[in-house]
Amino acid sequence: MGITMREAYGRALASLGERDERVVVLDADVSKSTRSVVFLERFPERFFNVGIAEGNMMNIAGGLASCGKIPFVNTFSFLLTLRAGEQLRTGVAYPRLNVKVAGAYIGLSDSFDGATHQDVMDIAVTRAMPNMTVLSLSDHVMAARAVRAAAEFDGPVYLRLHRNETPDLSREEDPFTIGKAVLHRDGSDVTLIPTGIMVGKALEAADLLAKEGISAAVLEIHTIKPIDVEAIVKYADQTGALVTAEEHNILGGLGGAVAEVLGEHRPAVLERVGVADTFAESGAYDALLKKYGLTAEAIVAAARKALARRLTWRSRRRGAHEGRKRCI
Amino acid sequence: MSQKTDQELVRRLAERARRLRVSVLEMIYRAQSGHPGGSLSAAEILVTLYEHELRVDPKNPRWPDRDRFVLAKGHAAPALYVELAERGFFLKSELERFRQIDSILQGHPDMKKTPGVDMSTGSLGQGLSVGIGMALAARLDQKDYHVWALLGDGELDEGQVWEAAAYASFHKLTNITAIVDLNHVQLDGSTREVLAMDPVAEKWRAFGWRVIECDGHSVEELLGSYAAAKGEKSGPTVILARTVKGKGVSFMENNAAWHGAAPTEEQFQQAMVELKQSAAAEQTTKPGRDN
Repeated sequence: MGITMREAYGRALASLGERDERVVVLDADVSKSTRSVVFLERFPERFFNVGIAEGNMMNIAGGLASCGKIPFVNTFSFLLTLRAGEQLRTGVAYPRLNVKVAGAYIGLSDSFDGATHQDVMDIAVTRAMPNMTVLSLSDHVMAARAVRAAAEFDGPVYLRLHRNETPDLSREEDPFTIGKAVLHRDGSDVTLIPTGIMVGKALEAADLLAKEGISAAVLEIHTIKPIDVEAIVKYADQTGALVTAEEHNILGGLGGAVAEVLGEHRPAVLERVGVADTFAESGAYDALLKKYGLTAEAIVAAARKALARRLTWRSRRRGAHEGRKRCI
Repeated sequence: MSQKTDQELVRRLAERARRLRVSVLEMIYRAQSGHPGGSLSAAEILVTLYEHELRVDPKNPRWPDRDRFVLAKGHAAPALYVELAERGFFLKSELERFRQIDSILQGHPDMKKTPGVDMSTGSLGQGLSVGIGMALAARLDQKDYHVWALLGDGELDEGQVWEAAAYASFHKLTNITAIVDLNHVQLDGSTREVLAMDPVAEKWRAFGWRVIECDGHSVEELLGSYAAAKGEKSGPTVILARTVKGKGVSFMENNAAWHGAAPTEEQFQQAMVELKQSAAAEQTTKPGRDN
């Protein structure tokens, strides 16, 4: 741990502003929370605080982008993707404008503020939008890399940023390529597919599984869309049992995206760890993660379940196969 | 410009507006789909902008220094398309493919498909905000282009219009002008039945805008209003252009049923007759007015 993901994001924005005059930043009266204020301090003339008016902000960003600017739009993720979600759809995604949307305080990370400020829907909303690229980052190093990658990418990008300090997982020199999964650990029995803060927990889970003699691969998906189909199919072949883990509703998020890939390309057993289609509540962050099942232990339990299901699934398929042969 | 040229210009643009109405109805009749009411009310506004006011280059639609136009009331797309074709952004034959599969002319403006469209619009309430983004970009780049946004008066129901209005005046943006096509009719009925925003002028003034009111079917008044709006250097200006929804076709005028309905063959023929008669009437009355 060093700095929070949002602090790293703010600093990366400011250094990007240094290199590229086209970069402009918008915030809706929460710049001290999103840390876009770091950019404001360096480049006040390129920073626009629109007040508490998210819809207006999103369309202003579209107008700026249509004139060649690279706007980074900031506020809490639920406001960007729901309050201003239609403006994002019509005014940014549809005309494929070069706007970067940085969703702060994702998942349960604004824990004490409660369900109104938490967000377990942003992946589902943004990945259903045509033309959108959706990035979900796991630590401060990756957040900074993602800011640069998003700026270099021509088109709308959604960045999913965490509020709190997260364990260090990546190094400066690690490659960050939009659309490419990151293999943290190889394994042969089960594949853990985490995103965001669940990457650290999946690595813990892999250690716990190793103690039981289970070999778990950990494949991080930072680009939810376009998702790395090749890597997922490869690990479906290699292990036949997969577990997704995300700080998001299990519906429509990473779990949903991976299920789509498997269903279409390589049917395999899948368990999804995430928020079980419910609103959470106020409380200490760790307490929330525990209560809503976002822990290494929950991933271990899901992995065991996936392995058990794989056994019965394979024997059932074998039975069906033999049954067909008998009929012939 | 001499007095005589002025009068010639006014006469020419008024005749262009009449022809635009004919083209708009042809498009909607052919497609059997589209929004005649708000396209006809905006005829003079679009003609005066595209054929006199806007600095654009049809050969270079993405010219960075061009004036920007945002059709916030995107359902008036047919009127915009007629003007873009008139200026040569694309062939007039494209108008025949309005709203058809694989056409460059979508039901609502699409900047990726149609040369000359500066922003994709159609979802009400967003256009003024977009225009502000364009105006801020001009300020950053020290460019002198002007941004125009045409809103419907039903559109003023959308809260985001007032978020944008507050922002533009607070930041003293003078390179953007809003025009409201004040036709007093929205989809479900008259604005006074659905949601009256009266007094409209006072609302804009309270939001820090200078208000110019004019007859939105008078070419002369519109041209005068544009010049006055651009001359204002203390903050943004809104032109409240009083118009008649469905203007020029008797049975469409002030009738909410024609917000988004296509005419039958009989109705179309009757509309064509009325628009031709209005041309003949102009011919006979004009010389007298000129004296």
